[in-house]
Amino acid sequence: MKLLLKGGRVVDPRNGLDETMDVLVEEGKVLAVDIAIDAEDARVLDVSGKAVLPGLIDMHVHLREPGREDEETIKTGTLAAARGGFVAVACMPNTDPPLDTGAAVRFVLSRARETGHVRVLPVGAITKGLGGAELAEIGELRRAGAVAISDDGHAVTNSRVMRHAMEYASMFGMPVISHAEDMELSAGGAINEGYWSTRLGLPGIPAAAEETMVARDIFLAQLAGARLHIAHVSTAGSVELIRRAKEKGILVTCEATPHHFTLTDEAVAGYDTNTKVNPPLRTARDVEALRQGLADGTIDVIASDHAPHTAEEKEVEYELAAFGMIGLETSLSLAVTELVRPGILTLGQLVERMSYAPARILGLDWPGIVPGAEANVTVLDPDASFVVDPARFASLSRNTPFGGWRLFGKVVATVVAGRLAYEAGGF
Amino acid sequence: MPLRQKDLLGLEYLEREEIELILDTAVPMKEIFTRDIKKLPTLRGKTMVNLFYEPSTRTRTSFELAGKWMSADVTNIATSTSSVAKGENLKDTARTLEALGANFIVIRHQMAGAPHLVARTVKASVINAGDGRHEHPTQALLDLFTIRERLGRIEGLKVTIVGDILHSRVARSNIWGLVKLGAHVTVCGPRTLIPPEISRMGVEVTCDLGEALADADVVNVLRLQLERQKKGLLPSIREYSDLYGLTRERVEKCKPGVLILHPGPANLGVEITEEVAESPSAAVHEQVTNGVACRMAVLYLLSGGGKAGEIAA
Ligand SMILES: [Zn+2]
Ligand SMILES: [Zn+2]
Repeated sequence: MKLLLKGGRVVDPRNGLDETMDVLVEEGKVLAVDIAIDAEDARVLDVSGKAVLPGLIDMHVHLREPGREDEETIKTGTLAAARGGFVAVACMPNTDPPLDTGAAVRFVLSRARETGHVRVLPVGAITKGLGGAELAEIGELRRAGAVAISDDGHAVTNSRVMRHAMEYASMFGMPVISHAEDMELSAGGAINEGYWSTRLGLPGIPAAAEETMVARDIFLAQLAGARLHIAHVSTAGSVELIRRAKEKGILVTCEATPHHFTLTDEAVAGYDTNTKVNPPLRTARDVEALRQGLADGTIDVIASDHAPHTAEEKEVEYELAAFGMIGLETSLSLAVTELVRPGILTLGQLVERMSYAPARILGLDWPGIVPGAEANVTVLDPDASFVVDPARFASLSRNTPFGGWRLFGKVVATVVAGRLAYEAGGF
Repeated sequence: MPLRQKDLLGLEYLEREEIELILDTAVPMKEIFTRDIKKLPTLRGKTMVNLFYEPSTRTRTSFELAGKWMSADVTNIATSTSSVAKGENLKDTARTLEALGANFIVIRHQMAGAPHLVARTVKASVINAGDGRHEHPTQALLDLFTIRERLGRIEGLKVTIVGDILHSRVARSNIWGLVKLGAHVTVCGPRTLIPPEISRMGVEVTCDLGEALADADVVNVLRLQLERQKKGLLPSIREYSDLYGLTRERVEKCKPGVLILHPGPANLGVEITEEVAESPSAAVHEQVTNGVACRMAVLYLLSGGGKAGEIAA
């Protein structure tokens, strides 16, 4: 079946496009990008007034399958992704069992083929059992289809192990994704250490718990001559360290989450456990630094760190609650509301942060909206607003602090390899 | 003016006028139970549950007596810390207590915000009897009451809080109450036990005990949890005692008439010597008595009781 996206504003900076164009899709590929295409046999979506973007990628999500299918499955998580405007997600290996073997990676890919709504890019483990001691069979993970390695959820505490992981992964062109956290400094902590931890009487996690590990990993990347990607950067100090490392030519990239560039630790004031994330929500100064880092390109990527948890894991005492919030269905809208509308990012820069940069870091062939390319397209209405209603999420979990927020930027359609993975009502 | 909320979760959430109302109401309450006048019928037919996840004979007994003087039916539930670790669900427990007819739930819990979770779950009035390192509002109320009773006022006084500020709910509740009532508050302790940015709560901070005591009208000495040493926050209890223990020599350098408070139970010889704790400057035993009066006042006001003047009639 042919699909014609008619009259949208195609924003694709890599291909020099920011103008009203029609996009014709057939057999999974972009057939033509032109003004006033006529295709009588095509299904036509009138997307006039909407933005037509190269498909967005969320390079940091937790799909929980295998092991915690009560929290999320590959099916529900990828449907949430499609509804959030994502054509692909990179899923973290801290499942049960973890993705530390080729078999586990192949399992995820086969489940994704059977049940997935968008493309799934598995991230393999750095160490066996995420134990931080022995390297996983990284070559085997790569052959099975892993796009990167990470022990996300934990830091690799042992610097020697981390060094060798970087050296070894570089043979396969894979980045090491670091969850940067000094586990001794953060031990027992629940929120950012600062005024609000003092006032609320909750144990704190200092910014230095992240920054010392970011600094260590930058030096290890320099030593190994390998590619390092820092996950969920949350502090001004981390942004500054990464900015300087990039100036020195060290191969480091990083991501920030919508919750870290939107909320401060003041959001914890009512003890709403949906505000409990790792790394924790930081201060207004940190939020400002993240926005600046996103604007100047120090922060390459916006990724959600979508972390589903059941109500039972969240409706408990704050210190006992699980870390993490879901993000796939609010990530793009938060980016539009908090970054694009205030003029911090142009729509073109947003495409860099949410499509091209994650594709480059994960080594995907990602030519954008050009004839012959696989048709991965996100259609967005940047001016439409809506009120976030977690009850209507596709995700199995509801742990978001953004329920009731009015956000701008509604996803109109998500095209994955030429197929309409999601289409908003009203067409 | 009655209290605005159904719960007492912390002094953070009270207006100055509400704190003063509680203190005013506690005056006739103290009369009632120290002179053994007959019980108040206010809470007849009402049930108060003391839900304690941390052992505290002192606070639990005080609430229990307060409830009995108000004619409430009082039930105590002591739950071990291990059941929390095992994931016993606090929300379910709260719902069960409400279904069993609890009108007041007095909760002591080792985690900050636990009373808030209960308060959101049930219609009963929830009274925070200490949540982690967050607040212990009735302790601060009895401290305020004692200061006012001894010194006649709170506004303009210099109050020093000494000890483990980081882990202290007594310190936080005292800070909220004292600052709202116009006192000048200084906190003092070793750097490792001073939480970050506490000055933004409206207090001075010093690690020098001599400086902190110099012009204090009131010194509130906190209990030191002896396991802090194991966590690497202190080199030794002896060194803590040398640097921050309140001794007769140190009290003699204070202003004459200085009032010394301690929430109890004291580690005598660690944060305070027995000589100081039992001296006329200290109000350790009055604090215990005043605790019952303040808790009666809280129960009275949360149950919808009006001005203090109406009580003794
Ligand atoms: Zn992480
Ligand atoms: Zn993660």
